[in-house]
Amino acid sequence: MKRKCDQCDRPATHHSVEIIKGQKIEKHLCDQCAADEGMAVPTAHTPINQLLTNFVKLHSSGGGSGTKQREELVCAGCGLTFSQFREASLLGCPQCYSDFEPSLSPLMERAHEGGTHHVGKVPRRAGRSEVRQQQLTRLRKRLEHAVSEENYELAAKLRDEIGVFEEGGA
Amino acid sequence: MIPLGQITQQAGQWLRGSGPHHEIVISSRVRLARNLAGFPFVGRSTRRQRADVLQRVQRELTTDGLGWDVLWVDLMDCDPIDRALLMERHLISKHHAEADHEHPRAVAIGQDETFSIMVNEEDHLRIQVLRSGMQFDAAFEAINAIDDQLEDRLDYAYSPRFGYLAACPTNVGTGIRVSVMLHLPALKLTGEIEKVRRAARDMHLAVRGLFGEGSDAMGDLYQVSNQTTLGKSERELLDEFEHKVVPEIIAYEQQARQALARQRPAQLDDKIWRAWGVLTHARVLGTEEVLQLLSHLRLGVNLGRIAEVDIRTINELFLLTQPAHLQRVAGRTLEQPARREARASLVRKRLGV
Ligand SMILES: [Zn+2]
Ligand SMILES: [Zn+2]
Repeated sequence: MKRKCDQCDRPATHHSVEIIKGQKIEKHLCDQCAADEGMAVPTAHTPINQLLTNFVKLHSSGGGSGTKQREELVCAGCGLTFSQFREASLLGCPQCYSDFEPSLSPLMERAHEGGTHHVGKVPRRAGRSEVRQQQLTRLRKRLEHAVSEENYELAAKLRDEIGVFEEGGA
Repeated sequence: MIPLGQITQQAGQWLRGSGPHHEIVISSRVRLARNLAGFPFVGRSTRRQRADVLQRVQRELTTDGLGWDVLWVDLMDCDPIDRALLMERHLISKHHAEADHEHPRAVAIGQDETFSIMVNEEDHLRIQVLRSGMQFDAAFEAINAIDDQLEDRLDYAYSPRFGYLAACPTNVGTGIRVSVMLHLPALKLTGEIEKVRRAARDMHLAVRGLFGEGSDAMGDLYQVSNQTTLGKSERELLDEFEHKVVPEIIAYEQQARQALARQRPAQLDDKIWRAWGVLTHARVLGTEEVLQLLSHLRLGVNLGRIAEVDIRTINELFLLTQPAHLQRVAGRTLEQPARREARASLVRKRLGV
């Protein structure tokens, strides 16, 4: 249904909320009356993350046998499942990118205007950083495991090792 | 309480009302998302891993590392009003201010508030640089230098195909978010703002209100930012903002201002002088109300239709009338009715009447 202008019988096309003395006052005006008042139009709000959420939903509603398979994808790095990612729109660790790559790629392509590969800044140390990243991940994982088992001796040793490894980075 | 006492009396450098195109462009911001290799992303980290990240970053930034003169604020044991204050000053995000209390997180704030580094927000590091007016190049150069120095000391999670790896795939690649804060009162008054929003959406840009979270942009202050971070270089994106997006919006707003001044001078002056009248005489002022009135006043000053106040004062009032700032100045928690009175009295004082 169409709302009529507050001041005449034409259909209202401009809607606004003004605040006067802390009181909200709604206004609904036609083009003409709105122009006379110099009035504002309210605006739709699009949160940044909605973009991804929409794409993820679109993708998952595609159904078919492929969907089930994708839900069972698990990241070997952090144990996140692809369906958990779909719920939160957040990945769990750097390895998620490689372990989910086939399912993730089409989503990312759409979210990034067709962008599929990184263009731009490259870390100065990128040359050997992949091996380093894997080594660091392994050490950190062992540390986490040691602490959860309350093996503090091993944990202390691993902390030292990580410290040395990180210092040697520069 | 954190030692923020003095800064509540003035706005950060980015709000000083200077810089190119400052009559419309309040400030330019560049943000980078970075994660440390070896750790899960923040959302999937244990409390201890988060604490490790925090400790490591703090060490690298301060004494044993780069030796930067930053204000390090541990947000876990930080007064709620101070957290809100940092959020109002755009030094931390709402998410960072409000995340659960057990979540180890911090922010490092640079001299003059020209940069801040959020630690353990959605990503391990969220670096941001703010400049007043339209200064994308300066902002980018500054943030790039910060990033280079951090990268010398920290192993970033990075892959050749996807670039800098971020917790959310919408941030992967360059991890860069360029934003511009714009004051667009004339587009709002003439009802043209919706067209700008549509045009921005078509260009894959996000448009949001600068203050608040509702659908309306309080104070006619808008934030426009890129959404694409993969497959486009930092340079391409900055050029797009600098030479295409922002100049177009500026021109559009200028046109609307001129049209108002030419075709509706009485209504325009009425808005401006009513704003002045209320701001200088009201005894009770709400947050939204004050922002709207300041917006009209700012328009009036920029159009040379009122000379009673300068832009810097108005910019500062946008910030100082926010709830946490009022309470920090008062030095105590104020309930809403008391805040409204404090707000009106602060405005009268600052406007010198
Ligand atoms: Zn009408
Ligand atoms: Zn993972």
